[in-house]
Amino acid sequence: MSALSRDDVAHLAGLARIDLSDVELDRMVGELGVILESVAKVQEVAAEDIEPMSHPLPLTNVTRPDVVRPSLGAEAALSGAPQQEQQRFSVPRILDED
Amino acid sequence: MNSDITRLSAAELAHALDSREVSSVEVVQAHLDRIATVDADVHAYLHVDGEGALAAAQAVDQRRASGEDLHVLAGVPIAVKDVMVTKGLPTTCGSKILKGWIPPYDATVVSRLKAAGMPILGKTNMDEFAMGSSTEHSAYGPTHNPWDLTRIPGGSGGGSSAVVAAYEAPWAIGTDTGGSIRQPASVTGTVGVKPTYGGVSRYGLVALASSLDQAGPCTRTVLDAALLHSVIGGYDPMDSTSINAPVPSVVEAARNADVKGLKVGVIKELGGEGYQAGVRARFDESVALLQEAGAEIVEVSCPSFDYALAAYYLILPSEASSNLAKFDAMRYGLRVLPEGIDDPSAEQVMAATRDAGFGDEVKRRIILGTYALSSGYYDAYYGQAQKVRRLIAGDFDRAFGQVDVLVSPTAPTTAFKLGDKLDDPMSMYLQDVATIPANLAGVPGMSLPSGLAEEDGLPTGIQILAPATKDERLYNVGAALEKMLVDKWGGSLLAKAPELTAKGA
Amino acid sequence: MTTAATAEEIVDYDEALERYDPVMGLEVHVELNTATKMFCGCATGFGADPNTQVCPVCLGLPGALPVVNEKAVESAIRIGLALNCEIAEWCRFARKNYFYPDMPKNFQTSQYDEPIAFEGHLDVELSDGTTYRVAIERAHMEEDTGKSLHVGGATGRIHGADHSLVDYNRAGIPLIEIVTKPLTGAGERAPQVAKAYVGALRELLRALGVSDVKMEQGSLRCDANLSLRPKAAGDENQDDVPLGTRTETKNVNSLRSVERAIRYEITRHAAVLDKGEKIRQETRHWHEDTGVTTSGREKSDADDYRYFPEPDLVPVAPTRETVEHLRGTLPEAPGLRRKRLQSDWGYSDLEMRDVMNAGAVDLIEETVAAGATPAGARKWWTGELARRANVEVKSVEDFGVTPAHIAELDGLVRDGRLNDSMARQVLEGVIAGEGTPLEVADARGLELVQDDGALEAAVDKVIDANPDVAQKVRDGKVQAAGALIGQVMKEMKGQADAGKAREIILAKLT
Repeated sequence: MSALSRDDVAHLAGLARIDLSDVELDRMVGELGVILESVAKVQEVAAEDIEPMSHPLPLTNVTRPDVVRPSLGAEAALSGAPQQEQQRFSVPRILDED
Repeated sequence: MNSDITRLSAAELAHALDSREVSSVEVVQAHLDRIATVDADVHAYLHVDGEGALAAAQAVDQRRASGEDLHVLAGVPIAVKDVMVTKGLPTTCGSKILKGWIPPYDATVVSRLKAAGMPILGKTNMDEFAMGSSTEHSAYGPTHNPWDLTRIPGGSGGGSSAVVAAYEAPWAIGTDTGGSIRQPASVTGTVGVKPTYGGVSRYGLVALASSLDQAGPCTRTVLDAALLHSVIGGYDPMDSTSINAPVPSVVEAARNADVKGLKVGVIKELGGEGYQAGVRARFDESVALLQEAGAEIVEVSCPSFDYALAAYYLILPSEASSNLAKFDAMRYGLRVLPEGIDDPSAEQVMAATRDAGFGDEVKRRIILGTYALSSGYYDAYYGQAQKVRRLIAGDFDRAFGQVDVLVSPTAPTTAFKLGDKLDDPMSMYLQDVATIPANLAGVPGMSLPSGLAEEDGLPTGIQILAPATKDERLYNVGAALEKMLVDKWGGSLLAKAPELTAKGA
Repeated sequence: MTTAATAEEIVDYDEALERYDPVMGLEVHVELNTATKMFCGCATGFGADPNTQVCPVCLGLPGALPVVNEKAVESAIRIGLALNCEIAEWCRFARKNYFYPDMPKNFQTSQYDEPIAFEGHLDVELSDGTTYRVAIERAHMEEDTGKSLHVGGATGRIHGADHSLVDYNRAGIPLIEIVTKPLTGAGERAPQVAKAYVGALRELLRALGVSDVKMEQGSLRCDANLSLRPKAAGDENQDDVPLGTRTETKNVNSLRSVERAIRYEITRHAAVLDKGEKIRQETRHWHEDTGVTTSGREKSDADDYRYFPEPDLVPVAPTRETVEHLRGTLPEAPGLRRKRLQSDWGYSDLEMRDVMNAGAVDLIEETVAAGATPAGARKWWTGELARRANVEVKSVEDFGVTPAHIAELDGLVRDGRLNDSMARQVLEGVIAGEGTPLEVADARGLELVQDDGALEAAVDKVIDANPDVAQKVRDGKVQAAGALIGQVMKEMKGQADAGKAREIILAKLT
């Protein structure tokens, strides 16, 4: 269990796309350290043979038929857009091709 | 009769509407008046839709007048936690990042309320994206506990419990990811139920942690909770995790409550150290009442519960970090341009917006979740937490092999002072220590008032837990206990709350 | 990092293969042709107005939840079975987390370590008659992203644009990603294997009826991974040589490009390795126009996708009965079917390959069923229509010409009503939407003159006008008759049967 460094937090903030200020970074390093120390308690459970549980209920095979439902319509779809143009969502220039 | 109307339970209002003693417009107006009087102090609503609620009420009144067959609850107004999307009504989740957003669709729960003819009074305050136990993490300022305006109303759904406790709505919709219905109920002297996971549709509930979130009723009586539960519950094909089965017979259970011969397990791990004396005393009293009524009380051990908080604070942030990624300034909500950058890129705008639009607690949890899921740490954190989750579910299975329901105090303390725990996230997290196991396992839980703590005169709550899909057991035990307690108190606990008056009056 | 970047060094292909052993990995994304999207009921039609096939789910609006499309799961299983894969008894969706404006939730709902289908293979035939077995690692279900239009800047490309406009109609369309294992042992045939594999896969998917498989519309997309490793002393030792660093070339969206891109990357990698330098692990962008790849994004820890099981969906656990039922719906394997049809139709290998390349097997089958001769059907679909499709970057079926049309056209030629050039004009008319071949021929007055008298008169006139040529034919130079036939056709304004004209000329002169 290693404590998080300031660089670690900055890296995580990058992954999470949050432009943390220096002040925020400093503060969060300390706070996350405390929280991590506490939640690391899960590692005390020896758990080789325990199956991880991702769903509270053991449901399987929930599907819907391939039948078209009405669309929202472009106007409603774009109603919350910070900016729109040509019936499309206008976004700032994209740096990286995916 | 305006002031009286707001004191009625939802069941009583439904009856009065049905027998035409009162119109829905009158009921709605009475609540709007009450809101106008007290909400400046309580600040439980983020948005009040007087016009919409009155229009809906008028429509119901007209349908009733024309002899239409109406839903039994038609005309009874309700408040909805601001985490449920409402078509045409602002939905902010208590966050700046959604300021001004008007959803183009209704949550399934909201559709069902509307279908039943229930006017929506407005949207209630909450911790930002339901992260918190005090509503202090709302970007729009905290809600104040109607019992003591200097104290927290619980969280995250402090607004929903406070509107109910302050008679600003007969009832409200809450959501509970780790206790956000039950803990506020406990500290405001009201009733709150988290149904079985999958019992109420999550479609349109802005997700905090998808595998933990569940919507449910916030009310003043157990019967009201059952009535609301049966309106909002049931299968929804729009939610893959919805249980395809009829709603448990919760209303019948509440009406025919009887605990004779029932086995009630007291969870050994919940209630010792860290629990306020007054909370423990009221809890013990309630257990004694159940015993007097013929229930058999046994102590049950759930050893893995000691790890529940840790597992929860890994699973929740992990899921939340992903669920909250969609708030990126591209399609809706806030868009903030970074300072000092000409012609910023989409990436930079996203990062600047998410920094400006999210509060500290949200950012903390997103970073924590990002860490727990990141390569190299997944197994040690998220993976291990999922194993603990399995152990907790196993503890419940074993416990429910021995007893019909489990009980514990709902929250370890009564309402604390606003600001007290803001700088200490871990101590805030501990508020949910007793409520979290139910979310991890998906089992239903109820909190109902157990009295007032002697040391501070503030409400305490008792939590009842039942096996998954056996929600009716909560209502059976809850209604039986409620009746004995109300008899003992000579009236509802809320009747003991100090009178709220108009600000400055 | 623009297309104008200085050309990178490459070495001669054959030289590269002398020193290095290429290893490929192909990732093919297939858009299913389901009526609705993967997780919501929005329509999937291509070319709809922007943002008209969207709902809270595929727009990633707060609160919306996914529900799996039953048909998409069935298609995924059928694809898996057709690729000889195992079908998972229990598998989950997972979230792949990364930020991108055309991805509404900023995570892609995909599958991670529990794909629906895994461990299969597809045998592909190469031009030298050998078969290469492509090992399939997995086929998994996921969703497509929206589409961005880059505005400002000269090229419409992402770089230099000042903003982008996003249309989410495509977001959420079901995708099946089919991933091969590292493909070794192909040697110099590697580019051909890649092309043949994608071609065979396309044929298989078309036969399954699960996708439109139109590479030009993006319903079939290929990413090609390549690495080189030094050639071992003997072939038997080659597998002991560790794999080199790979690059992933994106945007490879035609069969020809798949072959060319692999070939180019082999020559580029070899040049880098020859200099003793290291291959940068990165994505490469393929440029159809210049035939080169350019450097893209470097793979880094920014690719930490933080996969975890999608909590909004429940596991997919197809029963063995379901799987066996779906196995029963698989069509005849394309390879076997192809052999059967080739023999039925009497096509040569070369002719059959043309038919395959034009994507016209089904069309010809239907055309023959509608009454055309196999030769006539092939002539039109792989001739005129394939040529036009090539020029207009379309598919042969995009012209509105049906197998019934071609059968009718073929009939008109066989009956002697139309000659070849008239038939071409009729086809023009059909493409222009003027009606069926018969209707077009009638409307345009196209009909061979059947009156031998008129033809004979024309022949006489031409012989009279060209005594020198006529004499050559009389002297036994039969090929000179061609010049006379041309004149006769001109005289008849094209509405004559050239064969018949030849007959009459020869009868009169020999």
